[in-house]
Amino acid sequence: MKRRDFIVQGVSAGLVAGTATGFGNLAQLAAAFPAQNLYDLVAVRDGEPEVMFDRAIASLGGMARYVKKGQKVVVKPNIGWDVVPERAGNTNPKLVGRIVKRCLDAGASEVYVFDNTCDAWNLCYKNSGIEKAVKDAGGKIVPGNTESYYHKILIPKGVSLKEAKVHELILSSDVFINVPVLKHHSSASLSLSMKNLMGIVWDRRYWHRNDLHQCIADLVTWKKPTLNVIDGYRVMMRNGPRGVSTADVVTMKQMIVSADIVAADAAATMIFGSKPEDIPHIRIAHEMKLGNMQLDKLSINRIKI
Amino acid sequence: MHKFRRLRNLRIWVSLAFLFLISFIFLDPVQLISQRFINVVIWPQFVPSLLHFSVSVSFLASGFLSFMILTVFFGRIYCSSVCPLGTLQDIFSWVHRRFFAQKPLKYARARNILRYTILILVIVSFFAGFSILLNLLDPYSNYGRIMSNLGRPLVLKSSNGLAGLLEQQDIFWLPKSNFKGLRTASIAFASGFLLLIGWMSWSSGRLYCNTICPVGALLGIFSRFSLFRISLDKQACNSCGQCSKVCKAQCIDVKSKEVDFSRCVTCYNCLDVCPSDGAMYNLNRIKSEPVDDFHPDKGNQTRRNILKAVFLFSAFASLRAFATRIKGGEKPTEIPEDKKLFATPPGSSSHELFNRNCTACHLCVSVCPTQVLQPSFLQYGLQGFMQPFMDYHAGFCNFECDLCGQVCPTNAIQELEPEQKKLTQVGVAHFIKENCVVYTDNTDCGACSEHCPTKAVNMVPYQNDINPLLTIPEVDDKICIGCGACEYACPTKPYRAIFVDGNAIHKLADKPVQEEIKLIETEEDFPF
Repeated sequence: MKRRDFIVQGVSAGLVAGTATGFGNLAQLAAAFPAQNLYDLVAVRDGEPEVMFDRAIASLGGMARYVKKGQKVVVKPNIGWDVVPERAGNTNPKLVGRIVKRCLDAGASEVYVFDNTCDAWNLCYKNSGIEKAVKDAGGKIVPGNTESYYHKILIPKGVSLKEAKVHELILSSDVFINVPVLKHHSSASLSLSMKNLMGIVWDRRYWHRNDLHQCIADLVTWKKPTLNVIDGYRVMMRNGPRGVSTADVVTMKQMIVSADIVAADAAATMIFGSKPEDIPHIRIAHEMKLGNMQLDKLSINRIKI
Repeated sequence: MHKFRRLRNLRIWVSLAFLFLISFIFLDPVQLISQRFINVVIWPQFVPSLLHFSVSVSFLASGFLSFMILTVFFGRIYCSSVCPLGTLQDIFSWVHRRFFAQKPLKYARARNILRYTILILVIVSFFAGFSILLNLLDPYSNYGRIMSNLGRPLVLKSSNGLAGLLEQQDIFWLPKSNFKGLRTASIAFASGFLLLIGWMSWSSGRLYCNTICPVGALLGIFSRFSLFRISLDKQACNSCGQCSKVCKAQCIDVKSKEVDFSRCVTCYNCLDVCPSDGAMYNLNRIKSEPVDDFHPDKGNQTRRNILKAVFLFSAFASLRAFATRIKGGEKPTEIPEDKKLFATPPGSSSHELFNRNCTACHLCVSVCPTQVLQPSFLQYGLQGFMQPFMDYHAGFCNFECDLCGQVCPTNAIQELEPEQKKLTQVGVAHFIKENCVVYTDNTDCGACSEHCPTKAVNMVPYQNDINPLLTIPEVDDKICIGCGACEYACPTKPYRAIFVDGNAIHKLADKPVQEEIKLIETEEDFPF
């Protein structure tokens, strides 16, 4: 576990330097992409999910900036519910498929996709359309339905959450791409990038019992995803996170991409129509300096298609 | 006799096919099998089919009828080829004879008083409203319980082990199962029954089928009058006794050259081994039976009567269907507030009907994707022993799923239309504010509301000084369907802050009202 912690810290350091990659290529990358020319965050709107992602990733320097040849990539969408894509309870399958494809194009050796679902996992994987999209794109869909896939990690900087069991793919992969769907959430106000990380741990009840918002922020102190891609194509405006019917859903055609998990969540919150400081876990994460929710301090690329 | 070898081989292959398919349905670790295929394989199972027929008369439920008619023509085909418990006993008996036997099988006298007393007790108690005796003795349901409670844990354990090995090789096509079905009472009963059946069949073949099994006893009555039957040709038989040594039903008396066809399970072993064409399987030649020598027509007459009885029996069964339908529409009884009732699966209409029609075969338990269906101990009282109940600590009922209703062979759980299933209220959630994290800790939780598929459990503003933005659950019992998602997700220990109290009679929930969302944002720009 020591070694893993070390690698994780290496990744975090990479993020701070604005290069975000595995340990070892820092100097080389910093030379290729001077930090001052890069955006902290990209917001795209009015396109299809695949097109918006391609535009966003291009403006961030291309997928090759995040995924090196031969690396193992884990993509973590929200596949929490046994609902069809139109219900917007899960990440858009087209987006997940495109991300998998772009990772493979960039030379990834394997691209894995999983979630610790709320509804029956096999039904979620199937009916969300994500299982098929991943397979079609050449990725590997992996179960997350039993405790044996999860391994204990320590969270020394956590306030409420001091340890957790995390899916082995998060521990063993070189690159971690977090792909939440933007939606209303009855417990966490909104479900965004940080909230989506609840799907990489086994015991979520502990979080609910021990100050949910603090726990959400605490896990980010352990590991930040390489990249966060927030799917705002279809947005569940109420009755989240599961939704009751398609009447809860508005087609917004938006997308936020950023390596700064707090900034990404703050921007998506604004799109939803709320204020970042009103979402407790965003505020806490900002105060814990896990990222920046003050969007006016960031360099943002705004793309309309 | 050589010409009957094919018949015997056919019987063996058909019985093994049924045994294999039924076992696979119960053991299937990755749910490969479709619900339609399950329906086809389980269709001929006698007791489930009979119960199904008694609830709704349909071709789908005519399996028992077909085998009653087949019995009148050819003998107890069900017992020889279709009943999985019968084949299991044959395997025990075969292993014993093949590898251990000191002594071959031999003729035993019929235990008619015992078997018909049990049959009468089962029938009487069933119509008096106690289906427990039928459930405990039904061969198919017992086989199902053996597979579901003993076989399935072993298979899942092995399949998880294999999945773990594959996982190390970076192969993920075999998922692991998070098995929650280890229930002491059901495991104990299934083990006890397996030992009993093993012990009985080890050296006495189909003893269970001809002393205890109510299906065996009932079909035995019909097979007394079968058209085609096995008999010993008094001239050709030289009393060598080969047939008797392989007769699993122990019903061939070589001394008197009589075959007790009511106990015969039509395995055709005797025909195969007979060296002298003495064992015959052909049209019931009444003349050869001394009793009927003076009344040549009596046999045919009786057979006609029996066939009439079959149809009367099914007519009676369908009558009961009519009666129970009226019962289903009765005014709902009130649930005592202080008494917790466990919910029955959607499609079971009421506790009364469910307890009555379920034989506890645990097929639904085996196929349920969330494992919310678990074998009961005393959740329904003694009379519902081992019948599945909705265990909201093991899982919750998947909103879109109706698999239990689709596979249930007795129709104790009826198949519901998707929209009907989503409105069927099997129970209602009750919120205990004093247990809730929001109340005790003043932090957000909402796990219950998150999982609620109808938002019957909704988070509403919670007035308090410490954290004014907090919300707390509120239950709308009109739209709650009692799926148990809230109870399952609730993180408080040891008592949950929200639980589902079962409905004695299922109700129809209101459809959640969905207003259109008015889009405020029309500007084509970014808010930052």
